[in-house]
Amino acid sequence: MDIFGSFSLLLALGAAVYALGGGIAGILTKRPLLTKTARNAGMAVFGLVSLAVATIEYGFFTDDYSLSYVSAHSNRALPLYYKFSALWAGQEGSLLFWTWLLSIYAFFALFLNRKKHPELMPYVGVTLAGVQIFFLTLNNFVTSPFRVLGGIDQLGAMHVVRLSDGSGLNPLLQYYEMVIHPPILYLGYTGFTVPFAFALAALLGRYPGEKWIHITRRWTMVAWCFQTVGILLGAHWAYAVLGWGGYWAWDPVENAALLPWITGTAFLHSVMMQEKRGMMKVWNVWLVFVTFMLCILGTSLTRTGVVSSVHAFAESSIGSWFFTFLGILFLVCLAAWWKNRDYLRSDNQLDSLVSRESSFLFNNLVLLAACFAVLWGTLFPVLSEAVRGSKISVGPPFFNRVNVPIALFLLFLTGVGPLLAWRKTSYDALRRNFAWPLAGAIAVGVLALAWGLRELYPLVCVTLSVFVTLTILAEFYRGGRVIASRDGTSLLTGVGELTMRNTRRYGGYVIHFGMVLIFVGISGSAFNQDIQKEMGIGDAISLGPYQILCQNFDQPSTSNYTSDRATLEIFRNGKSEMMLYPEHRTYLASRVSETIVAVESTPLRDLYLVYAGQSPETGRPVIHAYLNPLVKWIWFGGIVVVLGTGLAMLPNRRSALVLRPAVEKSWGERSSPEAAPASVPFLRTSGHD
Amino acid sequence: MKAQKKFLVGSAIIILTLAALAYVGYTQSKTYYHTISEVRTLPASELRQRMRVSGNVRSGSISHRDGRIDFVLEEQGQALAVSYVGSDPLPDTFKDGAQALVEGRLRPDGGFVAEQVQAKCASKYEASPDAVPGVLPQPPSSPAPGQSINDSRGLSAGSG
Repeated sequence: MDIFGSFSLLLALGAAVYALGGGIAGILTKRPLLTKTARNAGMAVFGLVSLAVATIEYGFFTDDYSLSYVSAHSNRALPLYYKFSALWAGQEGSLLFWTWLLSIYAFFALFLNRKKHPELMPYVGVTLAGVQIFFLTLNNFVTSPFRVLGGIDQLGAMHVVRLSDGSGLNPLLQYYEMVIHPPILYLGYTGFTVPFAFALAALLGRYPGEKWIHITRRWTMVAWCFQTVGILLGAHWAYAVLGWGGYWAWDPVENAALLPWITGTAFLHSVMMQEKRGMMKVWNVWLVFVTFMLCILGTSLTRTGVVSSVHAFAESSIGSWFFTFLGILFLVCLAAWWKNRDYLRSDNQLDSLVSRESSFLFNNLVLLAACFAVLWGTLFPVLSEAVRGSKISVGPPFFNRVNVPIALFLLFLTGVGPLLAWRKTSYDALRRNFAWPLAGAIAVGVLALAWGLRELYPLVCVTLSVFVTLTILAEFYRGGRVIASRDGTSLLTGVGELTMRNTRRYGGYVIHFGMVLIFVGISGSAFNQDIQKEMGIGDAISLGPYQILCQNFDQPSTSNYTSDRATLEIFRNGKSEMMLYPEHRTYLASRVSETIVAVESTPLRDLYLVYAGQSPETGRPVIHAYLNPLVKWIWFGGIVVVLGTGLAMLPNRRSALVLRPAVEKSWGERSSPEAAPASVPFLRTSGHD
Repeated sequence: MKAQKKFLVGSAIIILTLAALAYVGYTQSKTYYHTISEVRTLPASELRQRMRVSGNVRSGSISHRDGRIDFVLEEQGQALAVSYVGSDPLPDTFKDGAQALVEGRLRPDGGFVAEQVQAKCASKYEASPDAVPGVLPQPPSSPAPGQSINDSRGLSAGSG
């Protein structure tokens, strides 16, 4: 089997090389047949890498412990779904998985556009093939997943060793989210390759018009959505499994996933500047380039252990491969841009500070500042060692100080930006759009202050969240009411109709609302409480509205693990509510221990109980109890973001009627022409988005 | 042009504010990486810095005291007595022989007060089968903490 897998990887590399070479030759000689075969070779990579993936999975499912990778990450007793996910438990498999997901994206990018954009697609194919060649080289020659365990017999001859059982999958990874978190995050990382390929292709081929930006935007949304979900799943996994009471630690690997997300977010906004106003062309191209390079950097940080992290894999030699690739990428991007920079000349300039353009510019400015700060902080140990010779790291205070104000400013822009008109917004339009949301937000802010909310950032966050939510609701209401009164339907039907007519705009609002929920959830962390106490039977601790009473502690053990467990009764306001069982397990086979957190999660707060250890003198359990407000809002907000992204990618429903008379009748001269794009969005429903 | 100038001024204000915040955050949280042998040779001016030290936990050295956990870190024959005083529970991976990264400050007596302890997570990612934590051979007589002053540079701390 190892030979079959190795050969399919080798053939995949061959196909990718042909897709690159043939594609370049096709572009230079303008021979359609050459271009077509190159494209088909690019698509064939997908089939060949799939064979390799199927081979290694076959090894896992048939317990083939002659394969070094299988024996290191699986054992006979492992449940089937973890055998499946063991593919990405280690370095070789993860990189193969990366290549495979990339080949899926490449296949669809080439296949779906096979009859479109004949001047653009050859360049796209070449770019995709170039990236694939890098990863396939790693898969083939640097970190092959098909290495077999070898031994030397008495005569000195090499032979294959087949172990009777593997050493098993890391228990930390034996959690259902670990089956889906890595694939989804990888789908985000790899997905940014497609926008990159289109951007580079458009630049190299000097593709006329803004068409490529529409294609790129869609692919970016797909990747962005996966990246969002991947990051949140990772945070949830850390929260539910690692048992330190938090979900985000500014760990290098978390940061690595956040960086392309930030630049991807910036691109999804600034792309509108190019579509509507022909501005920021250079900026957009570079945002796509940088996003992709950050994906490669993120993958390499995870894989190479350049920066120490709890996630880090052991140091390995592939770091230099990644940094060489990054260097090549940067030079290619730089050369492509320099050669074609006249193609990216801006059509317009900023007219007013109170305009949609300016809100996008500020959005991009602070997103990039956040990206830079996170990147700087993550790489600081490496940079300081290179520059000053001493390795210095920065911790959460650095990241929080910079990023919390940025996040709040972004929240402000989220409320303001979409309602500002392009070019220039009149005072009248400002008052019309913002008077009520602003009044509501200030009212809630004052109430919160009276309630006892004294922390600055959470107070600002709550106020802005209300403001943003009200502006979003007002948008749906205003538009829905117009449609409802015209069609004689209910307001709700009108809102539905409105949304389906301009899915991009209203899907965007839903995403914004999801982000508001996430922000509120994060601001809850300012009020986290925790307490640690040694607890004998009958001892109690109280935390917020909860009283925790220790009923029992015992050592329930199975053939798989030994365990220490506490039985805690939870009272709320004096009333018995439930029993929770925080536990600490040690697995016999691997000697790895694991904390089983007991969480009672409600929309307002999570009660999070950890069996922190045992007092050596008394043998009694030490319980660490955390009270984390509003954490659930983060996960719920993530779901809303996904729904919004799905909505935004739906095609628009075409309007059967001409809307303009109805709109003008209902608003009369109040809707001044310059405010129209902001407040009467459904005038622009036809067309691509 | 006017709007562009305003935008540039606004940007400059934002960037400067963020830079100032970043600097404050940096001074609050900057932490130096040192190996155990480097800790022994630091000039007096640097002894008060917040630092991170890595090493392996000496087998049998972990002892839970009232309000703290004591253990000994070893690297390249050098040893460092550590008292963990943080409030978070120690990670599951923290045990005899585990590779650990402690963060905190030196005590005047040469011991180390750690506010954070990280232990190498998922040690079996790339570890060979015989590198299972807990079965590392221990040198018969390790120097007591504070006694071993040696200039031999160890591996750079925190790598991997």
